[in-house]
Amino acid sequence: MRRMVPMWIAIIAGFAMLLSAFFPMTESLGETFGDVFNVVAAIAFILGAGSLAKVNLAKVSRRDPGWGFAVVTLICFTITIVVGLGKFGVPQNPQFAALPWSGEKEAEGGAFAWIYAYALVPITATMFALLAFYVASAAFRAFRAKNLEAILLLSTAFIILLGRTFAGVVLTGWLPDWASGLRLENLSVYIMQVFNTAGNRAIIIGIALGVSATSLRILLGIDRSWMGSGD
Amino acid sequence: MSGPTRTWAIIIAVIIVLLGVRMSIGGGMGRAYSQRLEQKAEVPANSQTNTPARTITWTEWHAVQPKIYFAAQRADPQQTQVAFSWSDTIGLWIGAFFTLAVFSFLYRDNAGYRLAEAVIIGVSAAYWGVIGFWDTLMPKLFGALVPSFVQAHVMPSLPNPSTATVIAMTFALVLGVLLLMRLAPKGGWISLWPMAFIIGVTAGLKIVSHIEGDLVAQTVATFKPLISPQRIEGVVEIWPTVWASLANTLVVVGVLCCLTYFFFSVDHKGVVGRAARTGIMYLMITFGAAFGFTVMGRVALLAARIEFLFDDWLWLIDPAGKRTIEVAASAVSMLCWW
Repeated sequence: MRRMVPMWIAIIAGFAMLLSAFFPMTESLGETFGDVFNVVAAIAFILGAGSLAKVNLAKVSRRDPGWGFAVVTLICFTITIVVGLGKFGVPQNPQFAALPWSGEKEAEGGAFAWIYAYALVPITATMFALLAFYVASAAFRAFRAKNLEAILLLSTAFIILLGRTFAGVVLTGWLPDWASGLRLENLSVYIMQVFNTAGNRAIIIGIALGVSATSLRILLGIDRSWMGSGD
Repeated sequence: MSGPTRTWAIIIAVIIVLLGVRMSIGGGMGRAYSQRLEQKAEVPANSQTNTPARTITWTEWHAVQPKIYFAAQRADPQQTQVAFSWSDTIGLWIGAFFTLAVFSFLYRDNAGYRLAEAVIIGVSAAYWGVIGFWDTLMPKLFGALVPSFVQAHVMPSLPNPSTATVIAMTFALVLGVLLLMRLAPKGGWISLWPMAFIIGVTAGLKIVSHIEGDLVAQTVATFKPLISPQRIEGVVEIWPTVWASLANTLVVVGVLCCLTYFFFSVDHKGVVGRAARTGIMYLMITFGAAFGFTVMGRVALLAARIEFLFDDWLWLIDPAGKRTIEVAASAVSMLCWW
């Protein structure tokens, strides 16, 4: 019972989506299932919030090492949720000015937009920017041109990096017109259009085949690993 | 000096040096300005609530570049149309602090970085929750189950839901509540039902989208003419034709060789082995290009963060001309002197 019901729910929902792509009369059924899916996925955020609160509150109550950061997480979470749901400071929507919550949640001047601009963006952008150092450091330590494959990878990265910057234009700008194809900026375009296209295309085709096969296994009830092992 | 103390000392020293350089130059720093906009809307009479027609006014503040404020002050020192913005200025300093706190991880893990990490976990979880609530739950779920409330307070243009929509959204609500059972101490197994729905719908969607959008589209795009005449004013040009044909041939051969490498049902020996080896070469070039682009993307982000610190916060550079030319000129001359 505990495994059969979810399996049949997955099969029915999956085949409804599949049928809606092939039969016009079932198109609305597919759209409805899509809407239900979106709503359930949005409710999953509440589950995520509950899980976040549970983990961090447990950390605080046990006085685990670094519990103060758990408090910061909980405070930031609560403030963002409250100002976001309450649309604090959001200017009215001129079309429906009489309605209290008609304004755009991310409108300039609102507290939610402020948090986005001055907390979310600086931290996430800087975290991704940090990767510039770590990628360079890892490449310096790991990349060794010891065989043909490694040489190809390294030289391609080098050409792409230089070809998309002004340095590349300066370095090979002296090449005559008849050899202009060897200029770094042209070489990088050629690599992207030919070799990169071919490689990426094969990878995309491989992924499409893999995803389709896995999805079909789920819909046919062959793959049940998503239900976990426990009953 | 212990490790954490040394880390903090270095972070504080960096901030002090930056602020010291800035203060020695003069001309201000880290301030944000906003412009006042008076808004007005006519609200028609509502017979249902017996509300007469009225005019609603409110004030909006929009961020402007400092040079707008400087120009407004120069024209009229008493003006209040463009003013110093406390909220944006505090935000600017908080953003600068978080940027430096995250950068401090380059030296070693420290409390500043962990503080930024804790903030981003809480804020981003709540951010996506709020987006989900206003973009999905409010118009779809509440719009179907309590349409009069949503129309009266949030979205007056929301159409009345059909019976089928109400049934579907009731079903969605039930699934959602079952999903939340995962947090309950007992009966968590029932959350597998909504999970099954999510997995089934995803599987059904992915089969169609991947076959249609990826498998078929990419296969069709690979069928290229191996001889591709390039004409200029009706005349076939030899070298462009050779290059275009070579490019097409290399793409077709490359895709076939890479797919051969991914095909493990046959031993990679003989012709198949040579094709697979060629496929590896193509893949190495692809990975090299991906690596190059990743590094470039990260460096672009790094440049943007440094620009934020030196331009928006410290006012040491002014590449976009956000402030007066005089401020930028004094900053450059002082930096040269330093």
